Amino acid sequence: MSVTRSDRSVHHDDRPVPPIGWLSTAALGLVVVGGILLASYAPRVAPLAFAVVLLCLAVVLLVAAGVLLARIKDFAWETFANVFKWALLAYVITSGMIEFAFVHDHTRGSSLVLVTMMLVVFALSVPTTIAFTVARYADTR
Amino acid sequence: MNEEVIVNDVVVPHIPLAGRPKIQVVPLLGLPVVAMAVVFVALSIGFNWRWGLVFNHVVGGGLWTGIDLFVGLVIGPILGRLSIPARAEFSARFMPKMVIIMPTVVMMTLATGFQVARNAGNLAASNPNHAWLIMSFCVVGVMATVALGILEPANVAVLYEMNKPVPNGERIGRLMKRFIYTAGITGIMQIATLIIMTRLGSR
Repeated sequence: MSVTRSDRSVHHDDRPVPPIGWLSTAALGLVVVGGILLASYAPRVAPLAFAVVLLCLAVVLLVAAGVLLARIKDFAWETFANVFKWALLAYVITSGMIEFAFVHDHTRGSSLVLVTMMLVVFALSVPTTIAFTVARYADTR
Repeated sequence: MNEEVIVNDVVVPHIPLAGRPKIQVVPLLGLPVVAMAVVFVALSIGFNWRWGLVFNHVVGGGLWTGIDLFVGLVIGPILGRLSIPARAEFSARFMPKMVIIMPTVVMMTLATGFQVARNAGNLAASNPNHAWLIMSFCVVGVMATVALGILEPANVAVLYEMNKPVPNGERIGRLMKRFIYTAGITGIMQIATLIIMTRLGSR
């Protein structure tokens, strides 16, 4: 076995980054709770106030994650964009399937708007978490 | 022949990139199968096709639960006892397949499960199964959040790390610990799913 010397950093202590992954995962958790609430009342109309509060909190967390992400210096944006776009495609298809099921089940009006908004948060939060987790460890060249 | 690289005075094993196959994070050959599953689920829901709904829900759910428990209780402990190169080689072949299999079986299970419950009348608040159904929603919610928010990002990040010229073993180990920490939660939730679903199916 030969031994060579390299100047490449091994990053035993990865540099600290804002809790973007946790914020987007928390946003996901909130819309999942909201989805359970709406689904548990189906086919009746669920009380929307609590679901709206959950959705608003989820949007705030997701926007906060986006703002913190944009402020990171020396970030592997190319890797982030590459992972994000494919993950987004996958989760848009998944969200579309769920939306289709709700529309097929005659969900209409404000309930449908709420479900759609929740699915938008869902389709954005998962790719954000995946792409951030990959890109934070990627080379920034 | 494996090399060792001294990086910042730390010796790490280095297998030259040319000497190991590049990992395909998403196995492209599996995508047509996924597309067929998506179309099958959409048609089953769209036409309210009873057999299609039950097939997707039972097969998808059975695979989801079975794979989760088998990986957590059988593969995981075996993997933990392998040498690091053997573990890396197994993971490089195993994890890309999980990237494509798990979201597909989860989509099959969840998208059709709601329709199956609706057709069976379990969604009605007056139905004696309603409370069990709500419990299953909660169990699925926990599993989905853990899988999508914690495990899948770690899975993809590990595969990207393994494709680097000098993978950081410590970082891979740290990401893989997420699977160990959440294995208990996933195991309990999957056993709860088995109890709830067999209970619903036998009433």
